[in-house]
Amino acid sequence: MANTHIVHAFDKDLAKIEGLLLEMVGLVESQIIDAITALSTRDTTLAEEVRKKDKRIDVLEHKINEKTVRLLALRQPMADDLRMIIAIMKVSSSLERIGDYVKNIAKRVTVLVQAPTIESSEKNLKRMGDIVQQMVHDVLNSFLKRDIELADQVRHRDEDVDLMNNTMFRELLTYMMEDPRSITACMHLLFIAKNIERAGDHTTSIAEQVHYLISGSLPEDKRNKSDVTSTMSVMPDSDG
Amino acid sequence: MDKQDKIQVSAKNVNVFYGDKQALQDITLDVKRNKVTSFIGPSGCGKTTFLKCINRMNDLIDICRVEGEILVDGQDIYDKSVDVVALRAHVGMVFQKPNPFPKSIFENVAYGMKIHNMTTSKTELADRVEESLKSAALWDEVKDRLNEPGTGLSGGQQQRLCIARTIAVQPEVILMDEPASALDPIATAKIEELIYELKQNFTIIIVTHSMQQAARVSQQTAFFHLGNLVEFGKTTDIFTNPRDERTQNYITGRIG
Repeated sequence: MANTHIVHAFDKDLAKIEGLLLEMVGLVESQIIDAITALSTRDTTLAEEVRKKDKRIDVLEHKINEKTVRLLALRQPMADDLRMIIAIMKVSSSLERIGDYVKNIAKRVTVLVQAPTIESSEKNLKRMGDIVQQMVHDVLNSFLKRDIELADQVRHRDEDVDLMNNTMFRELLTYMMEDPRSITACMHLLFIAKNIERAGDHTTSIAEQVHYLISGSLPEDKRNKSDVTSTMSVMPDSDG
Repeated sequence: MDKQDKIQVSAKNVNVFYGDKQALQDITLDVKRNKVTSFIGPSGCGKTTFLKCINRMNDLIDICRVEGEILVDGQDIYDKSVDVVALRAHVGMVFQKPNPFPKSIFENVAYGMKIHNMTTSKTELADRVEESLKSAALWDEVKDRLNEPGTGLSGGQQQRLCIARTIAVQPEVILMDEPASALDPIATAKIEELIYELKQNFTIIIVTHSMQQAARVSQQTAFFHLGNLVEFGKTTDIFTNPRDERTQNYITGRIG
């Protein structure tokens, strides 16, 4: 909306909140990059940094909450303003969750460095992480440019992440059965995969909020959900 | 068709002129029975003018001319055969500023029933006054002082007295022209609560400058701008996702 509000303070408040959200998205994206880099390069210093930086994400979420509640109380926003505020509140809480998942990845890196590398799985994890990082990047752009097609595209991309998570699950189960000494590392990798998969889910719900912000309704089509790890089992004798 | 979905007031191509100046252009809309419909829009947009067309209050203004058709319960209210006094009993009105008669609380409510010869005995009249005051959520506050002047009540009570006076003559439709804009927040809340109760038995059309009030009390909202009906639809749609940019600009407080 190009038109400005008659009450200028309203525009200022909105711009301020939007600014905080953009800082938050940017930070979450760089946290994902750093956590995945820390994992693939076994860099514990970087992992430690990721853990510390998560506090800033929490602070931003808190600030956004405070300011949106104040704006709701003072201005009673309507129509696209209302959708914007509601979307921002929901998006910021999704981002905060993603931040937590990323922090958890970083924590596990410090344990993983003490175990032997499981190269193929770690490469797959990096690929998964890269996809989610790109999803966060694109969802931010869809928000900035009010690009509903890009938002929908991000939403559908989550299927790839789910499929990769399924593969990781199967693969790591097999490793654990083959060599019980690898269980510690495999469990951590499995949780990292799950963390990335959850981060992907939250990015998807952010994309849905962007869709709502632009169109006034949530996407109607069913998204393909491919995470089957909840019902998956690999029997010891299944692959001889 | 379900009773709830029945159309009570139907306007077709209504044009209103004050002398040479056209105040409303081609207004077509249907008001549903037992729903609250709100008219919103900036000052001078024609919303009150349109409201007053529905019980022919505009007849009182010499230079005002109404074209088009307004049906209330299927009856064309601008037809020559229509008894305007009876119409105004059928389509009651509550104004922005409470305007009780300079009479007792009892007489304020009884007055309309008397001139319309609606009751046969004093006890029936007293019963109907009590019933109306109860419906207007005022009875408990005034039952011991029915003979005191209506003008001695507080602003909010006066407005509820005017509502009691309106519903005493058993209208089908109640028009409200900013009924709470002269009241404090508590009195406003009471009026809104009352509107919620009244819609069980009446069809209510309310003109309001408070967007939040329109959003709170009504199921349908019409947005007027410069004499045009810009957008008319479900209140929830108008306030969360209006289709027209003029509506959007108005309700979000932007310079259009």
